[in-house]
Amino acid sequence: MDLAALASCLTATSCLVTQTTSGFIIGMLLFLVAAGVSLIFGVLKVVNFAHGSFYMLGAYFAYTAYVLTGNYFVAVVAGGVGVGIFGYLFERVLVSRVYGSAVLMQLLVCYGVILILDDVVKIVWGAEFKSFGMPDMFQQLPILFAGGVVPVFYLFLIIVTLIIAGLLGLLITKTRYGKIVRAAAVNPSMVSALGINTGLVYGSVFVLGGLLAGLAGGLAAPVRSLTAGMGLSVVVESFIVTVIGGMGSVAGALAGSLLIGLVRSFGSIGFPLFTEGLMFLLMAVVLVVKPSGLFGREA
Amino acid sequence: MTKLTRPKSTRRTILKGAGAAIATGVAGFPFISRAQNNPIKIGMVTIASGRVAMLGSSSANGANFEFEKFNAAGGLGGRPIELIVRDSKGKPEESARLARELVNSDGCIGILDADSSAAAFAIQEVARDLGMLTIHMGETSSLTADPKIRTPSAFRSARQSIHDSVAAGAYAGKLAKEKGLNKWMGCSPDYAYGRDSNALFFELLKHFHKDAEVIGESWPKLFQADYTEQLTKILQAKPQAIYTCHWGGDLTAFIDQSNIYNLFAQMQVFAINVADYAIVTAVKNLPKGIHSGSRYLATFPKTDANAKWSADYRARFKEYPLNWSWENATAAKFITEAIKKTNSADPKQLIQAITGMTIESPFGVNGTITMRAEDNTIVDYATGWGQTISADPFVPDVASVDWKLINELEIDWKKRNKYL
Repeated sequence: MDLAALASCLTATSCLVTQTTSGFIIGMLLFLVAAGVSLIFGVLKVVNFAHGSFYMLGAYFAYTAYVLTGNYFVAVVAGGVGVGIFGYLFERVLVSRVYGSAVLMQLLVCYGVILILDDVVKIVWGAEFKSFGMPDMFQQLPILFAGGVVPVFYLFLIIVTLIIAGLLGLLITKTRYGKIVRAAAVNPSMVSALGINTGLVYGSVFVLGGLLAGLAGGLAAPVRSLTAGMGLSVVVESFIVTVIGGMGSVAGALAGSLLIGLVRSFGSIGFPLFTEGLMFLLMAVVLVVKPSGLFGREA
Repeated sequence: MTKLTRPKSTRRTILKGAGAAIATGVAGFPFISRAQNNPIKIGMVTIASGRVAMLGSSSANGANFEFEKFNAAGGLGGRPIELIVRDSKGKPEESARLARELVNSDGCIGILDADSSAAAFAIQEVARDLGMLTIHMGETSSLTADPKIRTPSAFRSARQSIHDSVAAGAYAGKLAKEKGLNKWMGCSPDYAYGRDSNALFFELLKHFHKDAEVIGESWPKLFQADYTEQLTKILQAKPQAIYTCHWGGDLTAFIDQSNIYNLFAQMQVFAINVADYAIVTAVKNLPKGIHSGSRYLATFPKTDANAKWSADYRARFKEYPLNWSWENATAAKFITEAIKKTNSADPKQLIQAITGMTIESPFGVNGTITMRAEDNTIVDYATGWGQTISADPFVPDVASVDWKLINELEIDWKKRNKYL
């Protein structure tokens, strides 16, 4: 524990800028994955433990597209779209068969898919890790702002992720599709009685979740080591975010992700050996104070 | 009355007879030669899945590369060596179970432990329990240095943190003196090897450069994806130099993320595990000037034998050899040489033969590597440090470290830790 270092950081503009940016970048990429986890659970009551594998597939799809085209933006879109399509197939072929089953059954299906996808990645892309490399346009010196250091690539990621978060919020709260999804989360029988194909709605939620996770994988690929199993750590943190923010809430996922990002960023200065613990502590506090999560509805 | 008749040789009986003769031929008379051709089984416990699956593939390739040569030369009176590889998935309790199973159920005469350093301690206890021939590839020094942990049937054919740290300390200490690098930070993965390597590096650095001061440490998890919080912490502390023993995919992610903070231009970076083909060929924007210890390079040691071994390996497996490849190839060679020397596959005889054995090796400083008898660990393998460039040969000039110095400081270290 180094409270003096933390106090000194909180009073120095340069440190505040650097660590806040750091917290945002940790949080925003986490948000893209956590938002999908939260949406899928909120609407379908499915604990999609395989969501980390969606993120991994997104990174690999993006990697392949980048190797083929040399264009980072095409690669990111390929990651998102590819995993979106995979998400739909995953829902129709496997998950739709365990709706209403015990959570253990859902976890078993997801765990099986994690193992299969890890092996598929090894077979298709090889057992050795892959490095995407930083696209040329982002090979620039970091920006110095108020004495703090802000890498250009991270600034880009934060802006893009904020735009995606905004669009997702609009989609869920302002569009007819969003209303149907929210209605399906509360009363799927009524939605079905109104003549809406709930199977398609459920599939589309997986497409959306897959799209977000795939985009996260593609966006983060230049600063990640691509390996089979890379999704595991991100899915654990995503579930923490979902618990903190509230199941099924996009705003909650955003708030939870940013909180986790900032806790990790400033925690590494004040509590360097307890940064992981701080995340779980935060989750425990939220569970005690507001068990449904910061933005979750009381059951 | 029964009429005695001479049995007729019908087509059916001839076929039956021929069938029986063939069956006897296959299963009967050559029984002895079949027994002689039974393979000598060696087990390997490694991580063949997940983020470090490369550990498994390069380790198996390294060992098989040597075993294939032995088999091609006729094996032990016609008996080839068969390597049986098992995936522990990085779980030490699974590693111990697999090691036991390989010996008790699969009939392996020995185990190559190409698993993590955490698993090495679990497998060591199985080795002690069964008295089985075991060769570890774990690098944590206490495994063989500490007499309480050491066991006579277990050897180590791998770099050792203390050896690497002497080499690192001598190199970094000299540079620190020349450049006045006094403020240091450490950033290594939080597990046995990371802690061991970090502590030893700074201990030896201070031995060679008394003014070196560690102003902070950072301990990311093993396999952590995002190092942003550690990097910004380092940037805030403004050290003159940092040390890291990240490896594999963690190291490439660390380098990629450090690059966007322009970290390498702001301080000297000593990353012991960069000079390995797994890293230098994977990182797309390898910065110039990272200080690294030698792991495996075709150009170090700079000998024809090493260059040939590297080229042959690449031709055989269509991939670069890694640090794990040479370590496992060396372990395999100790086994094949012991089999040749004793003309036997009896584990007890092999253990005796390997103890103190010297083998010819392309990875040795003088063309040989010795399994030191007093602590069952290899010595005289090539080790040194140099600086990276962005293209092949990646670390063009590696400064070797004298093994006299390594041995001398290793003894001091053992005394400090009451191992002697």
